[in-house]
Amino acid sequence: MGDGWLLAGWGRTSPSWARVVTPADPAELSVELSGGEGGEKGAGTIARGLGRSYGDAAQCAGGTVIDVGRLSDIGPIDPESGLVTVGGGTSIQHLLERSLPEGWFVPVTPGTRLVSIGGAIAADVHGKNHHRDGSFCGHVTSLTLNTPSGVLSTGPELDPELFWATAGGMGLTGVVTDATVRMKPVETNRVVVDTERFTDLDGVMAAMEESDSGYQYSVAWVDAAAGRGRAGRSVLTRGDHAAVSDLPKAHRDRPLEAPHPARVRVRRTAPSGLLNAFTVSAFNAAWYSRAPRRRSGELQTITAFFHPLDGIDGWNLLYGRRGFLQYQFAVGPDRADVVHQAVRLLSDSGTPSFLAVLKRFGSGNPGPLSFPIEGWTLALDLPLGPPQLARITDQLDEMVAQAGGRVYLAKDARLRPELLEVMYPRLSELQEVRRRIDPSGILCSDLSRRLGMDGARMAG
Amino acid sequence: MNDAFGRPQSMVVLAGTSEIARAVVRRTVADRCRTVVLAGRNPTTLAEAAAEAVAAGADDVPTLLFDAGDPTGARDAVDRCFAAAGGEVDVVLVAVGELGDQSVDETDPERTAAMLTVNFTWPAAAMVAAAARLRTQGHGRLVVLSSVAGVRVRRANFVYGSSKAGLDAFSVGLGEALRGSGAGVMVVRPGFVRTKMTLGRPEAPFATTADVVAEAITDGLASGAEVVWAPGALRWVFAVLKNLPATIWRRLPG
Ligand SMILES: Cc1cc2nc3c(=O)[nH]c(=O)nc-3n(C[C@H](O)[C@H](O)[C@H](O)COP(=O)(O)OP(=O)(O)OC[C@H]3O[C@@H](n4cnc5c(N)ncnc54)[C@H](O)[C@@H]3O)c2cc1C
Ligand SMILES: NC(=O)c1ccc[n+]([C@@H]2O[C@H](COP(=O)([O-])OP(=O)(O)OC[C@H]3O[C@@H](n4cnc5c(N)ncnc54)[C@H](OP(=O)(O)O)[C@@H]3O)[C@@H](O)[C@H]2O)c1
Repeated sequence: MGDGWLLAGWGRTSPSWARVVTPADPAELSVELSGGEGGEKGAGTIARGLGRSYGDAAQCAGGTVIDVGRLSDIGPIDPESGLVTVGGGTSIQHLLERSLPEGWFVPVTPGTRLVSIGGAIAADVHGKNHHRDGSFCGHVTSLTLNTPSGVLSTGPELDPELFWATAGGMGLTGVVTDATVRMKPVETNRVVVDTERFTDLDGVMAAMEESDSGYQYSVAWVDAAAGRGRAGRSVLTRGDHAAVSDLPKAHRDRPLEAPHPARVRVRRTAPSGLLNAFTVSAFNAAWYSRAPRRRSGELQTITAFFHPLDGIDGWNLLYGRRGFLQYQFAVGPDRADVVHQAVRLLSDSGTPSFLAVLKRFGSGNPGPLSFPIEGWTLALDLPLGPPQLARITDQLDEMVAQAGGRVYLAKDARLRPELLEVMYPRLSELQEVRRRIDPSGILCSDLSRRLGMDGARMAG
Repeated sequence: MNDAFGRPQSMVVLAGTSEIARAVVRRTVADRCRTVVLAGRNPTTLAEAAAEAVAAGADDVPTLLFDAGDPTGARDAVDRCFAAAGGEVDVVLVAVGELGDQSVDETDPERTAAMLTVNFTWPAAAMVAAAARLRTQGHGRLVVLSSVAGVRVRRANFVYGSSKAGLDAFSVGLGEALRGSGAGVMVVRPGFVRTKMTLGRPEAPFATTADVVAEAITDGLASGAEVVWAPGALRWVFAVLKNLPATIWRRLPG
């Protein structure tokens, strides 16, 4: 049952083959988790949403990958509380198409709306509002998890160990078949945005510390590819949902139209080397000089503000055959020096890096593998190809680990396994839950195997 | 699992005492490979190579014996290697080879057959066994040491050269067969490498070291290459040599 094919993450770096099944309902899914029909015994099973994690989290070489795309029902949105129960395979795109016209926005959105609710929970995704609202799982009141020991209901009050292990647990505690999410009321589909440009990192970081709290959303784009002296120049954009009264008169009668799916599609892999040190720094420079020095009160669409790349389907193909890495780390509030060092390391080594994203995180949640911790996070887009890249990213790991920080597993494709527990010291709490709900070790992914998270199972 | 840079975490080496293979293992182990299994024919030198891998940081390095003179044992050797590695292997390196003595190998039919067996038949059989494993795993790379000697075969070493030509063509074909399976083949074509195999032989142009070949191999794994030349310049040299008229080719020195 079910064909197999090659699966890779969004960065397209390490494809592997697996049998792929697309269960029509949770009952069909249970069969797969109980050992499956015809799956290679012992080769494992993992869920896959929309494949927007960058590395190898949603693939399982030689095993079974459960594509949850058909579990995509959207229940009614409670007009009082904003609570809605959605299938684990529902995309944020579809949820917004339904919810916005009724005046509800998702509580947290990553930089693309082409992620599934299951993927948003498994990575405990964060958005530009983390400093205020925390990450996605903080807005989930309950979920249904299909596990090898049966179907379990969980939430922050009901079996909290299981719930929080699932938040950021990268699918290793089971398959989320549905979740109840508390949506956020909005009056319009626009955001009122203030933009400021800074010539260096110190400036932008000071501004974020000082006044992020005055905005619901805040993020800075940093140029880490510019040469010495200019590396670290940044554009800070911050905003809040617009009220109807913020809109020009002409738009006030249709304030809640949902964003459209992508209109442009990239079909072919670009030639390798198209994105090199030269083209990348030229792009970053053009982008920096186009940004206004300071502008306030600009109205932006949801796509422009939250999901700027969603207009182009398959943009990851532009990185060429070899693909690319995204390197994202988080460090404490007093470790701004690591952000400085990282930018300097990339710039000094001439490593091409697309606009890096800098953000201040608010406090983390109880999830042992949930990525956000209070402090700073920096995300770097790094095309594969430069020979120094493997060494540079290993160096970044050491810096981050020494500073008590961590890298984001939803983006990882290369971490040294020994560093996982250093970065996530509460890893054993996830493992305890896994032993309980998956005693024979059916759930695993290329990520969990690469990082040695499956312990005795792989040795046996 | 191989990571985004094609860095393996587990490796099986068929001919773990090969100097080129040892240079590869030193690099991959320095880069996070923890499980290494070395197979070979000489327990003493195998133990030496294993100790070297452990010193470089490998967890523990099981060794086991095989004889490339007996292709009927290829499947069993591969099975034992995978079992010793714990079932899953990211990279299988095939380094078995014998340079032989051309004057004997071209006149003694038993020696001709033995050369073709060690250089072509056994490695091909072992690769088929390993490829089946990697296909089931859904990932993994087979790295095979071919040689420029097989790219255009010379009068002076046509027995060795033709055995490598066969292995090279076989490996390219196997790579095609594995397309879409998650597993793949990388064919390595070194020129003259200063190792115990070539000791005492006159050096050819572009002579290089085992470490240079090893670097070309790890770079090739990182870029997902299907063919790797070492040193890289040989790719262009042989693009020319391959197309020389036979009359000129014959007269080239070496
Ligand atoms: C352009 C872009 C921008 C991004 N911006 C951000 C950002 O701002 N903030 C952020 O936090 N992340 C960001 N991401 C990362 C992305 O949000 C996460 O990787 C997310 O997990 C992707 O969801 P998916 O549905 O594509 O999941 P997949 O990539 O398919 O899977 C990711 C993980 O979730 C698990 N999973 C998927 N579905 C289920 C399920 N139903 N039950 C259990 N486990 C499941 C998988 O096993 C896997 O471990 C971005 C990604 C891209 C491509
Ligand atoms: N050196 C070069 O110039 C050069 C150039 C191009 C290609 N190559 C190829 O690269 C590979 C490695 O060569 P190398 O330079 O590293 O030389 P090497 O050290 O001599 O390696 C050859 C390996 O093959 C093993 N072997 C030979 N016959 C065997 C048999 N019957 N059974 C089991 N194992 C056997 C050897 O074992 P022992 O150690 O026990 O002898 C040794 O481990 C070979 O395939 C070679 O053809 C070499």
